[in-house]
Amino acid sequence: MKNSIKALCLFVVMTNLSCAQKTDNGVNTPGETTFTAELIVEGLEIPWGMVFLPDGGMLISEKSGEIILFKDGQKTTITNGPEVYNRGQGGLLDMELHPDYENTGWIYLSFASEEGEDKGGNTAIMRAKLNGNSLTSKEILYKASPNTTKGQHFGSRLEFDDQGYLYFSIGERGERDINPQDITRDCGKIYRIYDDGRIPDDNPFFNDSNAKNAIYTYGNRNPQGMAKHPETGAIWIHEHGPQGGDEINIVQKGVNYGWPVITYGINYSGTPITDLTEMEGMEQPIHYWVPSIAPSGMTFVTSDMYPAWKGNLLVGSLVFQYLERLELNGNEVTYREKLMEDIGRVRNVRQGPDGFIYVAVEGKGIYKLVPL
Amino acid sequence: MKFIISGYLLIVSGLTYFMIQDKELNESIQRGKDIYTDFCITCHLETGEGVENTFPPLAKSDYLMNNRESSIIGVKYGQRGELIVNGVTYNNTMMPLGLENEEIVDVMNYVLNSWGNTGAKMVTIEEVNSILK
Repeated sequence: MKNSIKALCLFVVMTNLSCAQKTDNGVNTPGETTFTAELIVEGLEIPWGMVFLPDGGMLISEKSGEIILFKDGQKTTITNGPEVYNRGQGGLLDMELHPDYENTGWIYLSFASEEGEDKGGNTAIMRAKLNGNSLTSKEILYKASPNTTKGQHFGSRLEFDDQGYLYFSIGERGERDINPQDITRDCGKIYRIYDDGRIPDDNPFFNDSNAKNAIYTYGNRNPQGMAKHPETGAIWIHEHGPQGGDEINIVQKGVNYGWPVITYGINYSGTPITDLTEMEGMEQPIHYWVPSIAPSGMTFVTSDMYPAWKGNLLVGSLVFQYLERLELNGNEVTYREKLMEDIGRVRNVRQGPDGFIYVAVEGKGIYKLVPL
Repeated sequence: MKFIISGYLLIVSGLTYFMIQDKELNESIQRGKDIYTDFCITCHLETGEGVENTFPPLAKSDYLMNNRESSIIGVKYGQRGELIVNGVTYNNTMMPLGLENEEIVDVMNYVLNSWGNTGAKMVTIEEVNSILK
């Protein structure tokens, strides 16, 4: 009898343990490797953004502010980039090409900027043209305010949708109780503008004279991944949670994603932020990560080069230093897998126009995933 | 009698000196805590334990306590390449944080006097100013 009680206790404990593992971190390790990772651009520090030019060149933005053109195996520094506020998580961030880049020549950049009267910085969006090895025709399309010397949560990723609207993210700048739930303030938001910076009159808060009219969604924390779904055309984002509670969300007009009122995460100290994970009027994520993987960069796989991954989502993990592959069934994550284990802090991932997946790793460079 | 008075004065001035130092240090540590919460906590975590193999610990870190100057250089200019902390090898990049030298003083004093770290001499602005890459 005693033994059976012990066994029962052990069984309960084991069941709890295995359950906990499943909900805590259900990420799988692949049985066999189906690709090699070739380091094609070496010697990069924090390669935040990358875009692929029609002539085969690749532009890379370093957080430090440097812009690098990589072409025919050579790195060239592009001059006259934006003046960046390099503090904490701020610096030169993402880049994106205009959907009709071949005709317009516009390159879009997001970065931390000191522009404005207050001390500190906040996220800015610029467009510019590449003329030789220099940026020209620079125009600031948006600058969040006020500036602050806080070091965290600038966002920022850029993406165009099929209608040609530009979406960008700005994190809540370390002011979670002030910014994300207040549409009269910048930060903790996804924004939508025209390619020239004008604000569309069908933006959700366009007619609210107190609101920041470029806001498209709010209640976001610090989104550093953004990609257009290849079939639905919807803009998907992921965002860093606090300790635990990173999320994937689909951007919908005027929606509140709940930060910091609802979250699946807790403070870094281990104390709760809120005991609420859901509330009416606030959108649930389609997926959340506990523990946090610290997601950065995101792309959908559409190319035929990786047949087993087609339609999957790839997301970089800064903290666990791998590339995560997520299988989807519609809007539901059905399977998670670790690729490139222990490669380093994965800052960005994109599918190139050649169909290959390119992965940017801090302290290393850009890897190209070549199927075996 | 003379000895008593001069001895008394010596003790009082000595105590005052240490109390002022102490007050300065405590204020610096308090400011440093805010800097830490802003810039460091996401990787090194609330209690300085870091993440094994990824972000080195600051709590009871042999590297930190034995390599004061390199640690300040790391905070001031960023940290690249291999580090061995408490027997574990780390090979990662910490970006330059963009902190003012006064902020580096405060955050170093906080880290050197938290989570069981003790006994370090107070970091001063002169020291941080003088440390170059």
